[in-house]
Amino acid sequence: MTNVGIVIVSHSPKVAEGAADMVRQMVGNEVTVAWTGGNPDGGLGTNVPAIIAAIEGVWSAAGVAIFVDLGGAETNSEMAIEMLPEKKRARVVICNAPIVEGAVIAATEASGGADLAAVKRAAEELSPL
Amino acid sequence: MGFDREFNRRLIVATAETVIAHADELSELDRTIGDGDHGLNMKRGFEAVLADLDGLASKPLPDLLKAIGTHLVMKVGGASGPLYGTLFLTLGKELPPEPTLDDATRAFGAAVTAVKARGKSDVGQKTMLDVLVPLTAALEKGGNGLLPRLKETAATAAAQTVPMKALRGRASFLGDRSIGHLDPGARSASLMIATICDVLGAAR
Repeated sequence: MTNVGIVIVSHSPKVAEGAADMVRQMVGNEVTVAWTGGNPDGGLGTNVPAIIAAIEGVWSAAGVAIFVDLGGAETNSEMAIEMLPEKKRARVVICNAPIVEGAVIAATEASGGADLAAVKRAAEELSPL
Repeated sequence: MGFDREFNRRLIVATAETVIAHADELSELDRTIGDGDHGLNMKRGFEAVLADLDGLASKPLPDLLKAIGTHLVMKVGGASGPLYGTLFLTLGKELPPEPTLDDATRAFGAAVTAVKARGKSDVGQKTMLDVLVPLTAALEKGGNGLLPRLKETAATAAAQTVPMKALRGRASFLGDRSIGHLDPGARSASLMIATICDVLGAAR
């Protein structure tokens, strides 16, 4: 049985990569992590095809938890989820949590074999929203 | 009205060129209350549309609109990509190849509802919806001289975002400081609507 995968989506590729590095260092290789940041020209922004590729890159039947920074990252991630094949769509969630702390907590939870709902819940318990 | 290849070309080129010509203005509006990339993002999206002009223009109207929506989703890189992308994708899904005014009114209403859902927003929050929703109402009302009236409705509605306080998007972080500025998404929506009305009007 594989663990829930983590995707980090930031407007900044540096933030996304740095957050993914922190997850890997703190949680190790029990969890697959992908990151994406930047618009299609490489400037600050987010990019639907790159988000789809990141989701596919960590995809397993256990599902995928996505962490986003600001508005467009969330909207583009929602769009990316809708463009996935239908049977994958319900197994990919966006977590309403701070991008770095949320991803680390979620990955910790996922590394113990928790299911997607439990991973999302653990991350969102961090969030005051 | 016949949506033949020549007419489709005119419609696509005029819309794309309007957006591209106003890219600096849109980014400047966005710099004031957002993150300053709206014009650049929309320009990137519509350059992708223009690059596919021959392929797009030969498609039936519903497929053409869906393909434009997909280009915007894939290329824009900001929230406006999925928002405008959803508008065009839904229009493409809802319109028949040779739409009547009733078809267009119904499809536009459905597309605006989809944009509301995509942006988790509604009228009065200082967004493109403050142009799209009044336009839906004007379409539903119909009547003589509809095209100039739609254009006027869009321009007036965009201007009415100036005194609004932003409640969605990056501008909402500014709170009261967003008051007094034209919303860039409302502006881009009204620019596109004006161009489309002009091209449709000239074809009559």
